Amino acid sequence: MSSPSTVTNSSDPLALELCSLSKTFTLGGGMLHKSRTLQAVKDVSLRVPQGQVMGLVGESGCGKSTLAKMLLGLTSPSSGDVLINGKAIANANQKALARHIQPIFQDPYSSLNPRQRIAQIVGLPLRIHAIGTPKEQAVKVDEMLEMVGLPKRAAQQYPGQMSGGQRQRVAIARALIMRPDLVICDEPTSALDVSVQAQILNLLLDLKDEFGLTYLFISHDLAVVEHLADRLAVMYLGQIVEEGTREQIFTAPRHPYTQALLASALTPEPDLGVPDIGLGAGQPDPSRPPSGCAFHPRCPMAQPECSQQAPALSALDQATPKSNQVRVACHFS
Amino acid sequence: MSNLSSTERSTAPASPLLSVKQLRVDLPVAKGTLHAVRGIDFHVERGEMLCLVGESGCGKSMTSLALMGLLPRKAQINADCLNFDGIDLLTMTEHERSNLRGARMAMIFQEPMTALNPAYTLGNQLCEALRRHQRVSRKAAHDRAVYLLERVGISAAAERMRQYPHQLSGGLRQRVMIAMALMCEPDLIIADEPTTALDVTIQAQILHLLRDLQQEFGTAVIFITHDLGVVARIADRVAVMYAGEVIETASAQALFKTPSHPYTQGLLRCIPSPGKTPPGSRLQAIPGVVPSLVGKLHGCAFCNRCDQADEICQTTPPLHPIASGHSARCHFAHPLASSAQINTPEVVS
Repeated sequence: MSSPSTVTNSSDPLALELCSLSKTFTLGGGMLHKSRTLQAVKDVSLRVPQGQVMGLVGESGCGKSTLAKMLLGLTSPSSGDVLINGKAIANANQKALARHIQPIFQDPYSSLNPRQRIAQIVGLPLRIHAIGTPKEQAVKVDEMLEMVGLPKRAAQQYPGQMSGGQRQRVAIARALIMRPDLVICDEPTSALDVSVQAQILNLLLDLKDEFGLTYLFISHDLAVVEHLADRLAVMYLGQIVEEGTREQIFTAPRHPYTQALLASALTPEPDLGVPDIGLGAGQPDPSRPPSGCAFHPRCPMAQPECSQQAPALSALDQATPKSNQVRVACHFS
Repeated sequence: MSNLSSTERSTAPASPLLSVKQLRVDLPVAKGTLHAVRGIDFHVERGEMLCLVGESGCGKSMTSLALMGLLPRKAQINADCLNFDGIDLLTMTEHERSNLRGARMAMIFQEPMTALNPAYTLGNQLCEALRRHQRVSRKAAHDRAVYLLERVGISAAAERMRQYPHQLSGGLRQRVMIAMALMCEPDLIIADEPTTALDVTIQAQILHLLRDLQQEFGTAVIFITHDLGVVARIADRVAVMYAGEVIETASAQALFKTPSHPYTQGLLRCIPSPGKTPPGSRLQAIPGVVPSLVGKLHGCAFCNRCDQADEICQTTPPLHPIASGHSARCHFAHPLASSAQINTPEVVS
């Protein structure tokens, strides 16, 4: 808690603020079927100060990727606001938004156009935004490739000629060439081998310092998140169930789901064996969420009230400044 | 011990269940021959959990397919010895092989959705696995399937038998795959990245289950993974693969306490480890990339990425024994080499 990187004043400018963001999808609904609704993201509020790394963890189907899409303006929220550098993005056009926020996706095999050369891929944002002459653009592309550790000849190659790690470097170069403020990293290393993963994580850390970037780092790998993130938000079935600084969450997780997640992270310690995390087998169907607390059917601590009343995400200690609070959504925290 | 001619089931309890010597798998590709597996040796004892660990393209999946007899048709397989419980797998006909598959050696694949047939109910597929190999009644097969579904932690097993794979979540499908592998009580299960596609909480549950059942049924398991965390928690013994070779074998304890090959050491340094790696610090990465396995490789396959590489690494290193049951394919892994290394003057330019 005392490490300087995580202590921030509430006056620190926020790179990203989410206010009660929700997204509802309608499923099915034909002539004979009644349509159902799926609440992919439910009342999510989050504040990310500039220059910090906010980790977002949760299992598949918990709404992490829908959240990322809303931030990038790829899908519009059903309700709530996204503020980037204090300005709402609801009415901003896509092009203006792209100057501030850029994504790095999980799979560098499908996120790069296989029929374009690397120089074209990385330079595309410059051409779209009409920044500089073609010559200046080429210089910028070369600089950017060098910054992400790619050799000069890479500019003339196609993605198919590159390894997974090199492709992810290309994706990073493309994301950063517009000098955005905020980068959404959606599982950037989970498609890569361990030895390459470390190279890419180091690169992301270096570039963050170099450009003063803010990251929203989405991952299911808790060891990676612990290494990178200043703060951490844990999502379960579309909601944030716990949010706090890295130290708070990793040393004293409060929500039973966070505790189970941390217990199931397998560190390379042969003496520990496979943990028994004591969760029920069934992952719930997001389109039929359980009543009350969404986690109660799997929760080892569940009491009758948990199935009736959903706990609110509330700060444990109201006195601490907002940026250092731990927020937990559990009746027993 | 490599009595190649013997096709009878050996009775000596001391012989390993599976022994592999100098296994090679070659695949013809456009630019020549891809040597996917380049002469590997290992053995699996009865009831043992052996982890094959390595990065993508290191040949671990090709090894498992070679053992199961499921290699692509173009692939060429060669070995000095490929002996499963006294049976020589190399000389078997395809028909004999398919009688063995499912009955005495079974496989669990990474993606259960593609491994299960979407057009048949779970009950159909589970019972088929048994009735293909044993003369049992439908009723008996059904009962065993329900029993195993319950054992792998599926509630309302009798109703699940009538369901189709798409009606199950990923974790449940993987449980069904485990139940299916156990239908004939095989001696050996090959699990190829069985938990990679699953969420972490589900992964922990599946690993727990696999470990429990393996001990209860006394089944030997070859567990293939790239995740060192998983290896540490479930393996009895580990074989680390790199570029088509086994570069280090050891017990799980020894491998994580005293990794001896520079690649193993590098891999362990790459993963951020809570409490040891300061958050936000630079991780140690292994520079460079895996060499291409098309055409011949000279010397140590790891030498272009190794910080200890020396002139001697241009020659192929033998598998040096380090301790009992622990060996590494590195010139410097020899117990005497470390002292010799200090005395030799620097020869690198």
